[in-house]
Amino acid sequence: MSANSAFNEEKGGSSNVGEPEYGHDPASGGIFSSDYKRHDDLKEMLDSNKDSLKLEAMKRIVAMIARGKNASDLFPAVVKNVACKNIEVKKLVYVYLVRYAEEQQDLALLSISTFQRGLKDPNQLIRASALRVLSSIRVTIIVPIMMLAIKEAASDMSPYVRKTAAHAIPKLYSLDPDQKDCLIEVIEKLLADKTTLVAGSVVMAFEEVCPERIDLIHKNYRKLCNLLIDVEEWGQVVIINMLTRYARTQFLNPNMNESLLEEGGGEKAFYGSDGDDDEEEDKDEKDKKKAEAPSVVKRKPYVMDPDHRLLLRNTKPLLQSRNAAVVMAVAQLYFHLAPKAEVGVIAKALVRLMRSHSEVQYVVLQNVATMSIKRRGMFEPYLKSFYIRSTDPTQIKVLKLEVLTNLANETNISTILREFQTYIKSMDKDFVAATIQAIGRCATNIGEVRDTCLNGLVQLLSNRDELVVAESVVVIKKLLQMQPEQHSDIIKHMAKLTDNIQVPMARASILWLIGEYCEHVPKIAPDVLRKMAKTFTNEEDIVKLQIINLAAKLYLTNSKQTKLLTQYVLNLAKYDQNYDIRDRARFIRQLIVPTDKSGALSKYAKKLFLALKPAPVLESPFKDRDHFQLGSLSHLLNAKAGGYQELPDWPEAAPDPSVRNVEVPEWTKCSSREKRKEKKVEKPFYSDSEGESGPTESADSASDTASDSESGSEESGSGSESEESDQQSESGSEEDEEEEERKKKKEKIKAKKPVPESDRPCAPFHGNGYGKDIKTFPAVCLADHAIFPLPVSTNQTITPSGNLKTYELLHRITGEGLSVEYCFSRQPFSPDPHMVAVQIQFTNSAASEAKNLHIEDAKLQSGMRMKEFPEIETLPAGETVSVVMGIDFCDSTQAANFQLCTHTRKFFVSIQPPVGELMMPIFMTENEFKKEQGQLMGMNEITEKVTLGEKCHGEHAVIQRVTTAANLSRSSCSSSPVSGSQVRWEDGDQWQPCAGQCENGDRHNVGQGHPSDPHPVMIPPTLDLLPLNPVNYFLSYGLVLSPSGQSAPVPHTVPP
Amino acid sequence: MIHSLFLVNSSGDIFLEKHWKSVVSRSVCDYFFEAQERASEPENVPPVIPTPHHYLISVLRHRIYFVAVIQSEVPPLFVIEFLHRVVDTFQDYFGVCTEAAIKDNVVVVYELLEEMLDNGFPLATESNILKELIKPPTILRTVVNTITGSTNVGEQLPTGQLSVVPWRRTGVKYTNNEAYFDVVEEIDAIIDKSGSTITAEIQGVIDACVKLTGMPDLTLSFMNPRLLDDVSFHPCVRFKRWEAERILSFIPPDGNFRLLSYHVSSQNLVAIPVYVKHNITFREGSSQGRFELTLGPKQTMGKGVEAVLVNSQLPRGVLNTNLNPSQGTYTFDPVTKLLTWDVGKINPQKLPSLKGSMSLQAGASKPDENPTINIQFKIQQSALSGLKVNRLDMYGEKYKPFKGIKYMTKAGKFQVRT
Repeated sequence: MSANSAFNEEKGGSSNVGEPEYGHDPASGGIFSSDYKRHDDLKEMLDSNKDSLKLEAMKRIVAMIARGKNASDLFPAVVKNVACKNIEVKKLVYVYLVRYAEEQQDLALLSISTFQRGLKDPNQLIRASALRVLSSIRVTIIVPIMMLAIKEAASDMSPYVRKTAAHAIPKLYSLDPDQKDCLIEVIEKLLADKTTLVAGSVVMAFEEVCPERIDLIHKNYRKLCNLLIDVEEWGQVVIINMLTRYARTQFLNPNMNESLLEEGGGEKAFYGSDGDDDEEEDKDEKDKKKAEAPSVVKRKPYVMDPDHRLLLRNTKPLLQSRNAAVVMAVAQLYFHLAPKAEVGVIAKALVRLMRSHSEVQYVVLQNVATMSIKRRGMFEPYLKSFYIRSTDPTQIKVLKLEVLTNLANETNISTILREFQTYIKSMDKDFVAATIQAIGRCATNIGEVRDTCLNGLVQLLSNRDELVVAESVVVIKKLLQMQPEQHSDIIKHMAKLTDNIQVPMARASILWLIGEYCEHVPKIAPDVLRKMAKTFTNEEDIVKLQIINLAAKLYLTNSKQTKLLTQYVLNLAKYDQNYDIRDRARFIRQLIVPTDKSGALSKYAKKLFLALKPAPVLESPFKDRDHFQLGSLSHLLNAKAGGYQELPDWPEAAPDPSVRNVEVPEWTKCSSREKRKEKKVEKPFYSDSEGESGPTESADSASDTASDSESGSEESGSGSESEESDQQSESGSEEDEEEEERKKKKEKIKAKKPVPESDRPCAPFHGNGYGKDIKTFPAVCLADHAIFPLPVSTNQTITPSGNLKTYELLHRITGEGLSVEYCFSRQPFSPDPHMVAVQIQFTNSAASEAKNLHIEDAKLQSGMRMKEFPEIETLPAGETVSVVMGIDFCDSTQAANFQLCTHTRKFFVSIQPPVGELMMPIFMTENEFKKEQGQLMGMNEITEKVTLGEKCHGEHAVIQRVTTAANLSRSSCSSSPVSGSQVRWEDGDQWQPCAGQCENGDRHNVGQGHPSDPHPVMIPPTLDLLPLNPVNYFLSYGLVLSPSGQSAPVPHTVPP
Repeated sequence: MIHSLFLVNSSGDIFLEKHWKSVVSRSVCDYFFEAQERASEPENVPPVIPTPHHYLISVLRHRIYFVAVIQSEVPPLFVIEFLHRVVDTFQDYFGVCTEAAIKDNVVVVYELLEEMLDNGFPLATESNILKELIKPPTILRTVVNTITGSTNVGEQLPTGQLSVVPWRRTGVKYTNNEAYFDVVEEIDAIIDKSGSTITAEIQGVIDACVKLTGMPDLTLSFMNPRLLDDVSFHPCVRFKRWEAERILSFIPPDGNFRLLSYHVSSQNLVAIPVYVKHNITFREGSSQGRFELTLGPKQTMGKGVEAVLVNSQLPRGVLNTNLNPSQGTYTFDPVTKLLTWDVGKINPQKLPSLKGSMSLQAGASKPDENPTINIQFKIQQSALSGLKVNRLDMYGEKYKPFKGIKYMTKAGKFQVRT
């Protein structure tokens, strides 16, 4: 109750408005209300009819939860509101439910049916949120329901719902680990998903449920690598970490041969050279090796697996991410997987992270410290970035010091030592102590500066701060052990310090030094022992042990002077409280004091005590930490954290790389085979329809007058090849006139429906108003068939669309006068039927002529291919030329990147196909269509919303809008013998179905992607169209709404 | 991944908790308090603390510790970065991220946290999407909500989450279409006793405030893109285009965002804009010390140095100071020994100076360290590295936006050792 009233105070005015009855509620009296009446007011509010009251109550309950107050007794009252209409109330109820369902399992079941209903909602966002809450309720009894829901959602057509399904997998797994096998099946299915939205979440689920099932990754490896850059940042981190582990099991160590040279130290120069050409070599290699991949394994000079290279190449740009976790993930990937020569690239990015929040710095520095031991050269250029500021927090200072020490070598030691000198003066004493240790480490590692360091440290012995002195003593002790002979004066100096220094560790160090080198200071040593014997009882344990040691050593070397003192010390030790000391005393007495019973060992006492001890090696605490995956929690803690997956060692021989070859999924294969057959069957059928569709189409186009004449000319073009080229040159002459017309039309066309197309393979250039200003090059065309692929293939039916959009490839300004535009001509690309023809038009508006226009250096996603256009020798100033090239986009909307070269310059350009361009029409019967539709996996949905204005009555106008939005057009085939047959678009090798149907044989293809929008925006399917019966449209992929039973045939021709 | 989150204020109270999986008892924070006690300064609490069953990963912002509880292996930076993103979101929503602001908006905070993580894995962290889901509270909306009983939760479904441009809301409309870019450079430097530069580097950012209708596609080009060899981008920037043409091409998020940050580290590109002459001495045996400080401009490309603020942590032995500033005001806190001198603008004709004496603890030996001097300043209308934006073009929309660009240089961690 106190929480309520406290909250009330904060919320002040808002809670009282509109709920006067609440003010009279006696239960709101705060602390005076008795326990059984707790929250009665809230319950009342929740039971009321007013949403505002419910909301207020829920807000207060959430505030209680946030404070960690128990609100579980309200469960029944809250859970009733799970079906509340008000979105915010609903959301807050969800919050409550997720928090308390575990405690009140039976009552929680009441809410399940609401979510089950939500799972069937037509809106993807509601489906997703229902699944999200359902899976968050940790109630074991609903495991089967959850399992079912996840399975269903995993094949949902909305990627967002599939993403939610991926999120739900680990939740179910933690609730009931027995479901693992079923869940792995779902994971396997989702891993095959091609959308970036799902990728990160499913890999996360994979990591939590079955990280050992590395075999599930094989088929998806290349896809994951390629998608990586577009995945959201958190997903990137998870995927990169997983791929690092994967790569360690599948590829060979790129530094295999270098490990031998490692000690030689000359590896940098040696390998520096071959790293650079690696990249270029690799591309050819990749193609080459795809064919002969299995033979790679035994090849002697190491050749990197192209998939290994793919991973390195695709992760590199992510070093520029704004997210520190992504940068770190890439850095560790490079550290663990890249050839030595290439690891260097990560240093710059890591140094950049050092500017970030101190927590980020802390983690990054830890990792840099580990890396700098193995790859010192990498960070040497950034030495100064690790210099310490007085404002850094101590933990950062110490880590920076660690890195500086790791980076110290003969060349930079003098600057580092100078820097250390300023640090010693710092006010932060912990940091000073760390600096002294660092100096000691530099001195042991670099012989040349040992004396300098030692002198410096000795000077510190006169420092006023005891901590500094003590730390120096400890470090000096370690240094002296390396060459004690030359430094007896230092030992003498230190012996004097015993009077002042109180820090136990320092005292112990001094005593040990004197004992060890008592022969160098024969006069002082017994005196020190005398003093120590006096204070023995007051010393710390470590000091006492060292006093005993000192006594024993002196007894052995100088028994005449110290015999009694030793006895005395040993007697004191005998009665010490600490059993370690008592034991030590007993042991030493037996060893050194000769008695009649003394064993064989006492003969060797001197050898035992005064043996030459090896100098300690001062090591970085970060040494060998790299056996943990860098960037991981385990690495940071230097201890295995729960759930840590060991980074496996490189395999001796690479496993079969062909496992990553992706085959076209079964159904696609068979359907494409079928389809090919069909095509042949349909050929006559199609050509039959040709003649008949002619009038249809002109009647159609009559509705928009502008295109009228064009469709007329189309007609005549449907002849042979030679006619075609004639026609083109003709159209060239019409250029001016038509260009004008086109300009005028431009805006009109956008709003207008696409010009209803003919399904002739011919003359799209003329018909579609995009290529009017083409200056044709008949010579070129005729000379080389491949250059300008004229539509010879009459067996292929391509439907030119009404208005082809022209896209800009190179702007006049960036191209220095050369402007390039392209469009998808919707023509068959005869050299390769799998390729999409892209019409490219060069306009030289510069003063001088452009020469040698050609394509170079295409960077394509795996699987994509490109057929370049032949080089254009010259393009005089002011002239325009167009050529055709073919690109196989491999069914993706990934852009094809390449360089467009002139004799002087290179331009990086890319072509990205709108989805509508990746289709071609084919025929199939309704049944076939349904069959294909059933096999769709729902991976490629792009939706577009069409708003119908006032004027859009009549079905024809609707069709126009829909086809425009979909970037597709109608292919009419009213005469088709099979009634109700469907037209489907298909691209090179895979079904890319999309549909929309209106009944009575008037078929439309409604597809995807808005051409004017570079990033098509997905909008949930809207049924704006529905009221406009008699036709139902469903603007969603793969769905054909069944005719809604109207009998009236819908004419597909509309009178002008 | 992230199990729970606890918010701890500077006096060690847990004032908010949120659990994404099973509830973790707040007693787990005791380990955190232990570590906090051990640390001498608030910022010295280790970011990662192992406990027997959990690991605590914390960040400290605005004097609030955000302590995340995790149970198994997860990249620590992942959690840290996420926590900072949470703080940024709160700041974006409430203007400030203080205990009071969080407590006042506890429901919005809870709703935000609910959307940002699902089962401990980040779900929606883009501020544009979040704002579509949960409207930020404004005074007007609070009033309207109380009267009408409507809510902060967006009525529409958040379509942005489904988009391929998740950082941009759909259906953005403005009457005035504006795009402003601020090039802000911070110079980090360490100057040694003799006035020579030990390290100097520039950290630059381009912050944008873009209020444009529809789906504009912007390109930003630079006069001297070569300067930018170490950059990190907002996810909206098309990386390939940058690689190829050194042009920033992007569909901007709506509102304020950081377009890119860059780092210029090569010494010769970094000009130090101010110099400091100092003479700070303590004499053995006497209880007085001398303190002299003079500031002057240097390589500022004709622009004035403004908002100069000097502070210095004097040694513990200093009891008090008796200084005389030629301009501005100075304060000395005898408890923390922090000397602050608010200089204001530097007039090149009459250089500001601070002179006088320090009184030391009687009988104590002279402090063996000299204080470092931290300087803050601003230089308007100039980017120290010389970075210049060439032009901004917009494609994809028809209207003409109003464009603006501003340059500024600031001191980052600018230290002078004495």
